[in-house]
Amino acid sequence: MSNLTVDRPVERGGAGEVRRPGKRGNGVLGGLSHIALAIWAATVILPILWTFLASFKTNTEIFSEPLGLPSSMHWGSWGRAWEKANIGQYLLNSVVVVALSTAGTMLLGSMAAYVLARFSFRGNRFLYVMFVSGMVFPVFLALVPLFFVVRNLGLLDTHTGLILVYIAYSLPFTVFFLTAFFRTLPSQIAEAALIDGASHTRTFFQIMVPMAKPGLISITIFNVIGQWNQYLLPIVLLSGNVEDKWVLTQGIANISTNAGYQADWPSLFAALTMTIIPALAVYLIFQRQIQAGLTSGALK
Amino acid sequence: MKMPRGSARFVIGFLALPVIIYVVFVIAPYLQAFYLAFTDWRGVSASPRFSGFDNFTKLLSDPTFWTAVGHHVVLLLVLPLATLAIALFFAFLLNMGAGTKGVRGSKFYQAVFFFPQVLAVAVIGVLFQAVYRPDQGGVLNGLLDLVGVEPIGWLTKPNLALWSLIAVLVWQAVGFYVVLFAAGMANIPKEVIEAAEIDGCGRARMFFQITLPLLWDTVQVAWVYLGIAAFDGFALVATLSVDRGGPDQSTTVLPLEIWRTAFTYSKFGYASAMGVALFVLSLTFAVLTLRVTRRERIEF
Repeated sequence: MSNLTVDRPVERGGAGEVRRPGKRGNGVLGGLSHIALAIWAATVILPILWTFLASFKTNTEIFSEPLGLPSSMHWGSWGRAWEKANIGQYLLNSVVVVALSTAGTMLLGSMAAYVLARFSFRGNRFLYVMFVSGMVFPVFLALVPLFFVVRNLGLLDTHTGLILVYIAYSLPFTVFFLTAFFRTLPSQIAEAALIDGASHTRTFFQIMVPMAKPGLISITIFNVIGQWNQYLLPIVLLSGNVEDKWVLTQGIANISTNAGYQADWPSLFAALTMTIIPALAVYLIFQRQIQAGLTSGALK
Repeated sequence: MKMPRGSARFVIGFLALPVIIYVVFVIAPYLQAFYLAFTDWRGVSASPRFSGFDNFTKLLSDPTFWTAVGHHVVLLLVLPLATLAIALFFAFLLNMGAGTKGVRGSKFYQAVFFFPQVLAVAVIGVLFQAVYRPDQGGVLNGLLDLVGVEPIGWLTKPNLALWSLIAVLVWQAVGFYVVLFAAGMANIPKEVIEAAEIDGCGRARMFFQITLPLLWDTVQVAWVYLGIAAFDGFALVATLSVDRGGPDQSTTVLPLEIWRTAFTYSKFGYASAMGVALFVLSLTFAVLTLRVTRRERIEF
């Protein structure tokens, strides 16, 4: 969060500057490693910064002086990207779809995981394996039948269809992670609540969910980012003539295809900037949680 | 918890919706894919016609299929190796061994390196179109122009295009693994490192004989993750490469061919067979990796 300002590396003199506890005499090495680290940081920052700047340039400026600064701030491209290229609409669609699908994923995923983690009944193991096995299969295997399932349900080219599919394909990891999480929680409090006459449903929502909050937050972040960044499912399931329903990734890819024909590069870069800035803002605010959420899959 | 009385209704109530959604949109399509792979269905006839192993024999003599498989082999070798080498290198630089809080600016570097991970691959594809532009107007060629190098057709030269795409995949993935490994290295007890230092252990030796073995579990998980990613590549190839998989199929991947075969050529049976092939390939990889890399776990 405040890391970016507090820990910004200061230009350092080089040899002997990096002092370490226990003094290992690695000044030169320390300096060299800062150079290596700074170079990689630059490769990450430069393309993004270039895009920001290009959105304020004119067509000519972008390609005649790719490394120059904009002569003046041309905000026109931002207006064109928002209005004519529909970035505003795509952004709104993405927000609506991801808000509903993540909420659905978390609700259904935690319900299933809780029952699978805490109740023994016939078929428990089978259902758990069924959910978790979804992590093994590449989505491309299901692509063709999925398209027809969604079409036969009359949900092709609808946000409802996309949301349901997002939920379904997010369940394996969500159930896997949350089942493990619910198993680690103590059961005494829930039992006490049941003895006091609370229903199972009430015990779940008022006792277990608050206790599982850390795990739920990690997986929510994981799902929000995964679903926000989906590209394959939208282009397959919103493939008809429904441009007003497109999500952001789809819209950006399309604008980039059209930018060449219309020779309006600044508004492509403005659109790109408008896509990156919200992600950057959310990242800066929740950096710690996002890193924890995304790496939670790899660290058991 | 043993199944308390009266909770059967609760269990069914909580499981019904997630199971229905999951079965309809995930399980059923996966099963159908295996069936469709043995038909010559083109989406028109009401019921697909069984065609035995026709699709698979056709697949084995399909040059496009083998080109794509060849690209996955390259990806499988280069993507994990390059990403892991760079990520381990930077994580080591950030921690200077292990067990300490890390070099100055460690948090800043990790924050910057990780950021591409939260961007959609489709967005990154569009971003890198500007980086890789074949004339001096591109970011990379603009930089090369400063030192007098002629513009390079990063995406238009058939023997270079795949490498340019792999570079982007590495660019995006490195930060994630730096954070993952840096966290793992920070968990290595300081005493282990100090003891090695007292014994006169050098930096390189420290890395290969102490840090890497103690981090082996995480590296193994990372290897599997990157290997699975090597069987995808769809979003980047679809948004960044010339003519989606070009020039002249030099960057095509199986997921892209599945998508194209199904939704451009309407060969749904054949596309499903490709999906099965992709599944078999990625499963083989996962099983082999887990076999080969299994080692004694070092407790610390």
